[in-house]
Amino acid sequence: MGALRLLLTALALALAAAGARAELAADAVHDLPGDPERGAGLWRLCQSCHALGEGARNRVGPHLNELFGRRAATVAGYRYSKDMRRAGADGLTWTADTLHVYLENPRSLVTGTRMAFRGIPEEADRADLIAYLRRFSASPRDIPEAAPTAPPRDPDVAPAILAIEGDPAYGEYLAGECVTCHQASGTDEGIPSITGWPERDFVTALHAYKNRHRPHPVMQLIAGNLSEEEIAALAAFFRGVD
Amino acid sequence: MRVTRRRLIGSAAAGAAALAAPAAIGAARPHVVVIGGGAGGATAARYLARDGKGAIAVTLVEPTRTYHTCFFSNLYLGGFRTLESIAHSYGRLAAMGINVVHDWAVGIDRDTRTVALAGGGSLGYDRLIVAPGIDFRWDSVPGHGIAAQNAMPHAWKAGSQTELLKAQIASMPEGGVFAMVAPPNPYRCPPGPYERVSMVAHQLSRTNPTAKIMIFDPKPKFSKQALFEEGWAAHYPGMIEWLEPDFGGRIDEVRPDAMEIVSDGEAVKVDVANVIPAQKAGRIAEIAGLADASGFCPIVPATMQSRMDPAVHVLGDATIAGDMPKSGFSANSQAKVAAMAVRAALTGSTAFPPRFSNTCWSLIATGDGVKVGARYEATEEKIAKTEGFISQTGEDAELRRQTYEESLGWYAGITADIFG
Repeated sequence: MGALRLLLTALALALAAAGARAELAADAVHDLPGDPERGAGLWRLCQSCHALGEGARNRVGPHLNELFGRRAATVAGYRYSKDMRRAGADGLTWTADTLHVYLENPRSLVTGTRMAFRGIPEEADRADLIAYLRRFSASPRDIPEAAPTAPPRDPDVAPAILAIEGDPAYGEYLAGECVTCHQASGTDEGIPSITGWPERDFVTALHAYKNRHRPHPVMQLIAGNLSEEEIAALAAFFRGVD
Repeated sequence: MRVTRRRLIGSAAAGAAALAAPAAIGAARPHVVVIGGGAGGATAARYLARDGKGAIAVTLVEPTRTYHTCFFSNLYLGGFRTLESIAHSYGRLAAMGINVVHDWAVGIDRDTRTVALAGGGSLGYDRLIVAPGIDFRWDSVPGHGIAAQNAMPHAWKAGSQTELLKAQIASMPEGGVFAMVAPPNPYRCPPGPYERVSMVAHQLSRTNPTAKIMIFDPKPKFSKQALFEEGWAAHYPGMIEWLEPDFGGRIDEVRPDAMEIVSDGEAVKVDVANVIPAQKAGRIAEIAGLADASGFCPIVPATMQSRMDPAVHVLGDATIAGDMPKSGFSANSQAKVAAMAVRAALTGSTAFPPRFSNTCWSLIATGDGVKVGARYEATEEKIAKTEGFISQTGEDAELRRQTYEESLGWYAGITADIFG
C-alpha cells in the first residue's frame, strides 16, 4: 500500500514538474515520436536515483535537466564512474539516439557505469520516456538529433547474432589481441576488465564499438575487424576467464 | 630426431584432437629456441609454453637477467616512472616451464639447426624464433661510435644508458643545452625521440627552466609531429628547437671530447648530447644471414617466417614488417602470430588467420597523452595497414588525461602479457 502511495505521489510531483517546464520547450515535443505524457509515468523507473525539474539536484545519479546535447559525465559536482568519464571524453553526447541505446541496456554503452539499472526492453517505452525527458532541456533547435546530419541510430544487436554459439578455442586465440591491453587476470590499472562478463553484454558491447555507438578509437578499430562469429567466440572465451 | 618429429606431426595432424597432442609429451617433444627476451621473444616463448600445454619444449635465450622495457623509459627520464617500475625478470616464465638461459646467442647453424652460445653451450632446435631487437650502425654519425656512447649516450636500449642520460640531464648547468641527434628511418619507436624531448623538457622546466633543447633531425617530418609541436608550444614555450635536415638538422659530425655538434660547418657547444645512431637488426640476425642489404630481416607476413629459412621466424624491431612500426606493441602482436604458426607446424594445432595491430601512446606533459594506432593484414608482399587513427590536435584536457591513464593500463597489460 505504502509503495503505491509513494508511486502516486511521485507521479503527481513529476507531472507537476513537467507542466512547469512544458511551455519553456513547447516546440520540442513534436520532433520526437514518443508520448511524453506516457513517458511521465515511466519516470518512476528513474526517480529513485535521478531528479528532474526546477531545483533538481544530484542524488544517487546526476540530475537530468538540460540532458539533451549534454556531453556525458559533465554535470558539476557529480562523481561519475571512470567509464562514464572516459565515454564523455571520447565524445559521448546525450541525444535521443544515444539515450535509446543507453536506456535499453546501460552497460552495453558504458560498461562500468554506476547506473545499476537493467534497462527498458521495449522501444516504445524508451521513446515515451525520452520524449518526457526532452521537456526538461531548453533550446530544442540546438539539440543534436534535430540536426539534419544526425546519424541514424544503429539497429539493436539482432537476436540471431546474440544466438551465435561462440567457439572458445577460437576466442582464446583472438583474445591474444585483447590482452595486450586488457589484463587476462581481470585487473584494471587504467584499462577496464573484460573477464567474466555475461556473453550477451560482451557481444552487445563489442557490437556497439563495431557499429560506432561507442566512441573509443582503439576499440572501434579492433571490433570493426571482428566478425559476428569472432565476437561470439571472444564472448564465450572471456565468459570463462575468472 | 627430425624423423621422429615428422612422424609425430603426421600422426598429430591425422588425429581430430590434434590440439592436445599428448603423444608429444615425454620422449621427443619438438624444441623451439627463442633468441631475445623482449616484447617479441618473451611473448612468443610464453604463448608457445602456455598454448602448447607441454607439447613443445621452449628455451628462451636472453643475456640480461633484468630487462628494462624501452617503452616507458622516456617516462623515467621525465620523472614519471622509476627505473624499477620498468624492470622485469624472467622468473614467471621459468616457472611455467620455459628453459630460460641467460647467455648470448653468438651463432646460428641453420643446416644443423643449432644455436651456439657465448658461454660455450649449444642448443638444437626444430623451430627457431629470432627476436634480437636492434643494433646500431655505429658509423652512421661521424665522430660517434661505441667508445663515445658514454660521452654521448643513445639510451635507445633501456637500462644503464637511460640512467646515464638522466644523470647527465640532472647535471646540466643552468641555462645549458640538451641536444638530440635523432635517427634516420627506419628505427625503433617512431614517436620515441619526440616523446623523449617532451619528457626532458618537462624535467628541465622544473629544475632548469632556462635550459634549451635542440633536435638535429635527418628527417623532414616525424611521427605525431603536429601533436608534439602543439604540445611543445603549449607546455614548453621557447625551450625546444627542432632543426629539419635542410635547416641545420643534417649534421657533419659530432665531437664527443669537445661536446660539440657540427652542422653546416658550424660547431655548436652542448652540455648533453643524446646521439641516437641509425639502426639495423640485432647482430645475431645478421650473423645468421637472416638480414638483407637493408640490415633488417625480410619475413613472410602470414607466419613471420624468415624469407631466408622457413625453420626460422623473426619478430619485432629486427624485421621488415611492411607498414607496421617498430614498437613493443607490434612485436607482441607479431609474436602471437608466430607462436600460433610454430605450434601449428609442430603439433598440428589449428592455424587461425593472423591478426596484427599496434597502438603507440606518447606522453607530452603531465596528463597530456596522445596515441596513434592501426590494424594490419598479411598480404603476400607485406604486412599492410588497413585502418588507423591518431589523436587530434586541440583535444580537451580531460581526453588527454584519460589517454595517459589508458597508457598506464596498457603498460600493465602488455608487460603481464609478455613476462607473465
